Amino acid sequence: VTAPDVDDEGTLDLAVQAFADDVGDTGPVTISGSGTRGGAVVGMRTVSAPVGIAWIEPAEMTMRCGAGTPLADVAAALAAHGQCVAIPGAGTVGGALAVGHSGIRRLGWGPMRDALLQVRYVSAAGEVVKAGGPTVKNVSGFDLCRLMVGSHGTLGFFADVILRTRPLPKHEAWFTSELDPWALLAGLYRPTSVLWNGHTTWVLLDGHPTDIQAQASKFGLVAAAGPPELPAFRWSLPPDSLGVLVDDASADGIDGAASFVAEIGVGVVHHERAAPPRQLAPAVAEVAARVKAEFDPTHRLNPGRAPGLRG
Amino acid sequence: MTALARRRSHRGGEATSPVVVRLRERLRADQVRDSPAELHLYRRDASNLQGHPAVVCFAETAADVQAVVQVANEFGVPFVARGSGTGLAGGAVPTDGSIVISTSKMNRIVSVDHLNRLAWVEPGVLNLDLSKQIAHLGVHFAPDPSSQQTCSIGGNVANNSGGPHCLADGVTSAHIHAIEVVLPDGTLCVVGGEDPEPDGYDLRGAFVGSEGMFGVATKICVKLMQNPPDVATMLLDFADVADGAQLVSDIIADGIVPAAVEMMDQLCLQAVEEFIHAGLPVDQAAALLVEVVGLPATVASQVERICELAAVREVGTVRVAADDDERALLWKGRKSAFGAIARIKPNYYLHDTVVPRRRLPEVLAQVYEIAARHELLVLNVFHAGDGNLHPLLVYDAREPGVADRVHAAGDEIVRVSVAAGGVLSGEHGIGLEKRDLMPLMFSDVDLAAQAALRRAFDPDMLSNPDKVLPSPAGCGDIHSVPEGAWV
Repeated sequence: VTAPDVDDEGTLDLAVQAFADDVGDTGPVTISGSGTRGGAVVGMRTVSAPVGIAWIEPAEMTMRCGAGTPLADVAAALAAHGQCVAIPGAGTVGGALAVGHSGIRRLGWGPMRDALLQVRYVSAAGEVVKAGGPTVKNVSGFDLCRLMVGSHGTLGFFADVILRTRPLPKHEAWFTSELDPWALLAGLYRPTSVLWNGHTTWVLLDGHPTDIQAQASKFGLVAAAGPPELPAFRWSLPPDSLGVLVDDASADGIDGAASFVAEIGVGVVHHERAAPPRQLAPAVAEVAARVKAEFDPTHRLNPGRAPGLRG
Repeated sequence: MTALARRRSHRGGEATSPVVVRLRERLRADQVRDSPAELHLYRRDASNLQGHPAVVCFAETAADVQAVVQVANEFGVPFVARGSGTGLAGGAVPTDGSIVISTSKMNRIVSVDHLNRLAWVEPGVLNLDLSKQIAHLGVHFAPDPSSQQTCSIGGNVANNSGGPHCLADGVTSAHIHAIEVVLPDGTLCVVGGEDPEPDGYDLRGAFVGSEGMFGVATKICVKLMQNPPDVATMLLDFADVADGAQLVSDIIADGIVPAAVEMMDQLCLQAVEEFIHAGLPVDQAAALLVEVVGLPATVASQVERICELAAVREVGTVRVAADDDERALLWKGRKSAFGAIARIKPNYYLHDTVVPRRRLPEVLAQVYEIAARHELLVLNVFHAGDGNLHPLLVYDAREPGVADRVHAAGDEIVRVSVAAGGVLSGEHGIGLEKRDLMPLMFSDVDLAAQAALRRAFDPDMLSNPDKVLPSPAGCGDIHSVPEGAWV
C-alpha cells in the first residue's frame, strides 16, 4: 500500500509533473496500479500514478484524485459525505478506468465511463494532457475522456481525474424471484440491477423504503442477502440476445444455472467460459489504428496490450 | 435541375460547377440544389454567423450520404452535415464553398425495442417527435434541449446536447449506444454497439460531441428511459437571487438529485408572465422550477425535504403544480422564455457557459455588472442544477454599434465563467462561435491532442473544417472567423 502523496491541488500538480517525468518520452514503459485487473506488462520499466485525494465537493457532486488512489480510499472518503462513485471493484481509480468495466449496478447507475468528467493523462511524449472539464455538463472540445476510458493505457497513462459522484442510496435491498427477468425489467420502476442465471432472477431496488416494499409486494419478490457469485469471464452481448445463453448451456449439457449470470437490460454476462473471440469491423479497426498511431506512434505505452478484445 | 438552377446555367458565364454536375450523377437531380435562394437559406444555423455553401444535398439514405462524401473526396471539397439548423454556435455554418448535406429527410424511426429500451433512428428524427411516438410504450429519450420541437437527434449527437432533464439522467452521450457513421473518407461503419462493452476504443464516445468533424451519422441507436410513475413540479421564489442559487447546492448536498432545477430571474419572469399569464411571481428577484420524479413515496419525501431546505433560504412562496395542466403551464413558462423576449427587443444573443454550482451567485452578479457596463439588458433563464448559465443579451440590431457591445459583453461573460472554474460551453458546443476561446481552457498540448483525434477520424480535414479547434501555428493555414461572418 502506497501512502498518499497528494492532499490538495498543489501537491497533485507536483505529483502529476513528477509522474510525467517518470514516464518520459522514450522507450517502452508500463503502468502498475495494484494489479487487480491484470497489472503491468511484464518485463519492462514500470511507473505508478499519483496517489491521494485533492478535494471533494459534495454540493457539486465532484471529486478530484490521483489515478493511483485506491478505490477503497475513495469510497471511504465519499461515504463521509453520503456519496459514492459509480466505479466498481477493488484496485485503483486509474486501473478501473483504464479497463473500463462497469459494475452490476450499471442498469440503474449508467456505465462507469460517464463518471469521468476531466482527465489529465501523460502522453507518449511525456507531456501532461488535460481533457474534459470540472463541471458535470461540459461540451468544450472533443470528448477525449470517453476515448481514454477502456483504452488499457495504450493511448496515455491516467495521472489524475475529476469524477462525478452520486448520492449513496439511503435504502437498498436485494431480492430474488422465479419470474421471467424481462417481465421484472418491464414492470419494476428503474431497478438498479436485474441479474439472471437462467433460472433465478436477482433484483436490486433502491429509494424510499415504502416504495421498495410496494414494488417487492407487487411482484412477490423474496428478500435476498445479496447478488449471486459472479463467474470469472465477462461477455458483452446485445441485451435482446441473452435468451440464447440458456440454449447454449443445454446444448453443452451444462446446468444453465451454474454457467452464467447475465445483467438483464444491459448485456454484460459473467460466464464460466471465456467469451467467443470477436473481430473489429475493418473500417473501425482502421480508425482505431490511426488513433493509436496519433497518440502513441512508437507503441511505447503498455506494449502488447489492446483495448477490450475478448477471447 | 430546378427552375432556378436551369435559369442560372442558361445565364451563361456562371456554368454549373463540376462538383454539382458529379453530385447530380450520384443523386437524383432534385436532391442537389444550388439556386441562390436555396444556398441563401443554408448559409447559417441559429447562431449569428454565416458562410457560403456551394451546394446543398438532401440525403435520404446512408448511401446518399456516402455518395456525397465520396464526391467531396474526389474533388477535395469540404462538407458539413446539417440537421435542423438549430445550433447556436455556428457548428453547421458552411465553410465557404463547402457541400451542405442535409439529413432532415432521413427521419425514420427504424426500430424500437421497448423491453430492452433501445431504438434505432435516423439522424433527421426530431427530438420531441421520438419521445411522442414512443410515449405509448412508457419510455422516452431523455435529452430535452429547449429546441426539442425542432432539433434533430443527429444534431443532438453532433453537439452532445443537454436540456433541463440532463441533471439526473445525463447529456446525450449517456444515451447513445451506437452510431452508424459515414467516415470522412466515405466508408460506412458502426461505432459502439447494442452490446454494453464493444471491443476496441470507445469511438462512439469520441464521435458524440464532435460537431460534425468526425463524419456524418446516418443511423443512431439511442437508449430509452422509463417514464416516471409520479412527478412533482415546484416553483419556488426568492427576494434574493443568491438565496435561490444557494438552495440548489443545498438540495444536491442533501443527497437529492432532482430531475430538473431551472432558474429564471426577475426580468425573465416578467417577460414570460406578460406572454403566458401563468401567475408567475413577477415581484421576486428569481424563481426556481424544481421537478422531482419517481415512485410516490420517494417523490413525496423529496418535496417535503426541498421545502424544509427552501425555508432556511428564505423562500417566498412554494407552488406545487396540482395537476398535469399546471405542470405544463409552468414548463411552458420556462420553455417560452425566448419567444417572450421578442416583446422586449427584437434581437437576442443567447450564451451558454457552466460554472460550479457554488459559484452561481457571484458569477450571476458579474453577469449583471457586465451587461450594465455595456448598456445592455440581460435576462437569465438557465439550468441551475447543472450550473449551466444562459444569459440572454437582448438588443435592437438597428441601434448603431450595438453588435460590438453585445459581442464584447458575451466575451467577458465567457471569461468570468472560465475564471470561476467553469467551462466554455455546457450544451451549445464550440463551433465557430467559441473556437478562438478554446485556449482559455486548454493548453497548446491539450489542443494538439484534440487535433490528433480529429486527424485520426479525418486525415484530409474535409468534414466540417475550421470548427472547434483554433488553428495552431504550423498546422496549415491560419483561419479566423471570416470577415463578415458575424451578422
